[in-house]
Amino acid sequence: MRLEKRPEPSRAWMVATPVLAVILTMIAGGVMFALLGKDPFVAIRTIFWDPLFNEQFAAYSRPQLLVKAAPLILIAIGLSLGFRAGVWNIGAEGQYIIGAICGAAVGLAFYPADLFIVFPLMVLAGALGGFLWAMIPGLLRVRFGTNEILVSLLLVYVAEQLVASMALGPLRNPEGGGFPGSRNLQQYSAASNGELIAGTGMHWGVVAAFISVIFAYILLNRHLTGFHIRLAGQSPRAARFGGVNPGRLVLFCMGVSGALAGLAGMFEVSGPAGQIGIDFNVGYGFTAIIVAFLGRLHPVGILLAGLLMALTYIGGELAQFMLGLPSASIQAFQGMLLFFLLAVDMLTNFRVRIGRGAKI
Amino acid sequence: MNDTGPLLAIDGVTKAYPGVVANDNVSFTIHPGKIHALLGENGAGKSTLVKMIYGLVRPDSGAMLMHGAPFAPASPSAARTAGVAMVFQHFSLFDALDVAENISLGMEHPPPRRTLAERIREVSEAYGLPLDPTRRVGDLSAGERQRIEIVRCLLQDPKLLIMDEPTSVLTPQEVEILFRTLRQLAAEGTSILYISHKLEEIRTLCDGATILRLGRVVAECIPAERSAGDLAEMMVGQTLKAPEHAGGSAGEVVLSVTGLSLDPTHAFGTRLRDVSFQVRAGEVLGIGGVAGNGQDELLAALSGETLAPIGAITVNGRDIGTSGPTARREIGVLTAPEERLGHAAAPDMSLTENAMLTGYQRKGLAKNGFLDWRRARSFAEEIIKTYDVRTPGPGKAARALSGGNLQKFVIGREILQEPLVLAVNQPTWGVDASAAAAIRQALLDLAGRGAAVVVISQDLDELMEISDRFSALNEGRLSPSRPTHDLSVEDIGLMLGGAHDMEVAHVSG
Repeated sequence: MRLEKRPEPSRAWMVATPVLAVILTMIAGGVMFALLGKDPFVAIRTIFWDPLFNEQFAAYSRPQLLVKAAPLILIAIGLSLGFRAGVWNIGAEGQYIIGAICGAAVGLAFYPADLFIVFPLMVLAGALGGFLWAMIPGLLRVRFGTNEILVSLLLVYVAEQLVASMALGPLRNPEGGGFPGSRNLQQYSAASNGELIAGTGMHWGVVAAFISVIFAYILLNRHLTGFHIRLAGQSPRAARFGGVNPGRLVLFCMGVSGALAGLAGMFEVSGPAGQIGIDFNVGYGFTAIIVAFLGRLHPVGILLAGLLMALTYIGGELAQFMLGLPSASIQAFQGMLLFFLLAVDMLTNFRVRIGRGAKI
Repeated sequence: MNDTGPLLAIDGVTKAYPGVVANDNVSFTIHPGKIHALLGENGAGKSTLVKMIYGLVRPDSGAMLMHGAPFAPASPSAARTAGVAMVFQHFSLFDALDVAENISLGMEHPPPRRTLAERIREVSEAYGLPLDPTRRVGDLSAGERQRIEIVRCLLQDPKLLIMDEPTSVLTPQEVEILFRTLRQLAAEGTSILYISHKLEEIRTLCDGATILRLGRVVAECIPAERSAGDLAEMMVGQTLKAPEHAGGSAGEVVLSVTGLSLDPTHAFGTRLRDVSFQVRAGEVLGIGGVAGNGQDELLAALSGETLAPIGAITVNGRDIGTSGPTARREIGVLTAPEERLGHAAAPDMSLTENAMLTGYQRKGLAKNGFLDWRRARSFAEEIIKTYDVRTPGPGKAARALSGGNLQKFVIGREILQEPLVLAVNQPTWGVDASAAAAIRQALLDLAGRGAAVVVISQDLDELMEISDRFSALNEGRLSPSRPTHDLSVEDIGLMLGGAHDMEVAHVSG
């Protein structure tokens, strides 16, 4: 058995590999759950089926699907642009945090004024915060040739320290009795990002996520900038020849992914999370990397992958709660998903041949 | 062993790849001490055949005999043990290492360093190939690099030396020296399998020739007894028409380069030094030179991938040196770099997308940044039709095309945009003879319509055929141009810088 490079990437496999990866993950995960002494079929059903259709839990967990998927999709869409162009922003978690801090700070600055303008300003501040945080690795790469993977990643830890000190310092709720954490924005209607349709989980962040999917789709398929992004990722020399300015492209990709991550953070802090706390971030920025690749860096793929990943989160929690599965096993399960995706990915560019020597 | 018996006999060898039969029942023999030519167009099956002899590829059927005994090398190292050595067209050398280090890396059992340096000196002097074992390869010319490869082979005392297109990177003077070395080797009993599509060389050098076309042996002959025209017809299977000049007189100066000096953009790049030339409307300027003397850098300076100081490059009196590729295309300055895959075209993108790559401005394929894929597709179809690109359609990925077909696509893409200035580097490299003729004709037609055309090429015959004036690039310097019609081969050789470091060259024995 050997591998042979295809003359052209296979379109059929490009669509089929994520499905195959999910199936393989279910099998390997099932084996793992069985080794942990749980019934693999029940475990898989609890993760993938019960959150949506179990009468007892669905009413709670179904809206959670959109709540959890929205930040993943929003961040992953931004990252996918960079990943396609060969710009590796690994620090979306940090940009997400900074976006949340900036959004929350603007909202809290107006407290308790009941102005229509507060929420739009918070949206702008969140996007700008994420954008500026991402510009640090972007400009350093363009100006000094530093590695944006390292710089953006390390800035996550800076952002984590920053959010903790904000929660203890400037943004602490003055009426909170000295406890860390800001005022709850859900209780400040001008700044609150509440449910738009009751019982669905739909908030402004979900709307923004859907818009970003459409925006990215048009950008990549219909616009020169998107064409240049794809070109730069596939063939940097051809891109230069075609007139792409590599530095400008790096800044564009870092900027957009940072702004979208910042937006995600801002919608989270003003909505589902409600406040800036010491442990505000829960890893959306890192999981979004998996979502971006699981979705094949394609906007529609990312939409589906985000929903799937959100499902494994909710289902994973449910499985912990219902079956007593350790949380590490749920994380391992999600890791398997990325592992299998990358492994079967080669089928789009290679085909497996049995036996030696090709004959016609 | 009989003295008149063949050293190597190829008997009915067949090798098929998916979709193409590379060698179909090929037979020929090489006798000891003879120089045998393998002649054919690109894609005729020459490379596959020598890869089988060198143990890189195994035949599907047929046999090879060495001294009458079955010969089926499983790997290049087995072939080397049997006395087969090969000099590849593309060198496998490490720029950052010195000559002796490079040679020892390619040997099965390299001797200690000091002994090796001695041996290198001995062998290189005995064969008139002076080589300093301590020089760093990155600093050497292409001719010197080839000498490293040859010396590496000679150190292994080969019975059969395979040379794949050895002269494509050499000046005429260096070719002379190489031929003397090869003749000396043959006189000492080494057989040489010489692969080329250059007919005159084969006529002067080789004792016998096997001509391949589409994987089959179409003729065996003694090349000295045939005319170059005969050989070409056997090789191509049809009569070739020499391109015709449209015969228009040159107009105003369009492209003017003045005192252009540029630092290399990467290590082992070539510095351009005070390059000046002018090209008039309707004129073809040929720029010759051995690879690595600044061709890529010059093309990058013309395309806008490298920016030039203000005033160094002007088109119709307007400075373009400080603008990037996009702005230059708007003005009508188009280019086609040497490397098709990965530079002139994105390998994994479709032909439609590759038509968009350089065509969106002048062909109106984009409005306010939004792309019109339907028009891009019809532009790609127009290129495919006009330049006879063999492909199922514009949806195919660029890398699925053969080199020659992709080259036709790339050159056609630029010509169909009706440029004011077109600069191409190696326009017919690796393209079969009939397609090469079509590309040359298209370039001449473009000049006939009033464009200023710059052709950078290592193929001197090509430059003599299509250019009005000729300049040579040597170590980043461009010679003053001279009208092509009164240049001799010796003149050109001297313009190219003669033979590099060959003053001490001599042939002993």
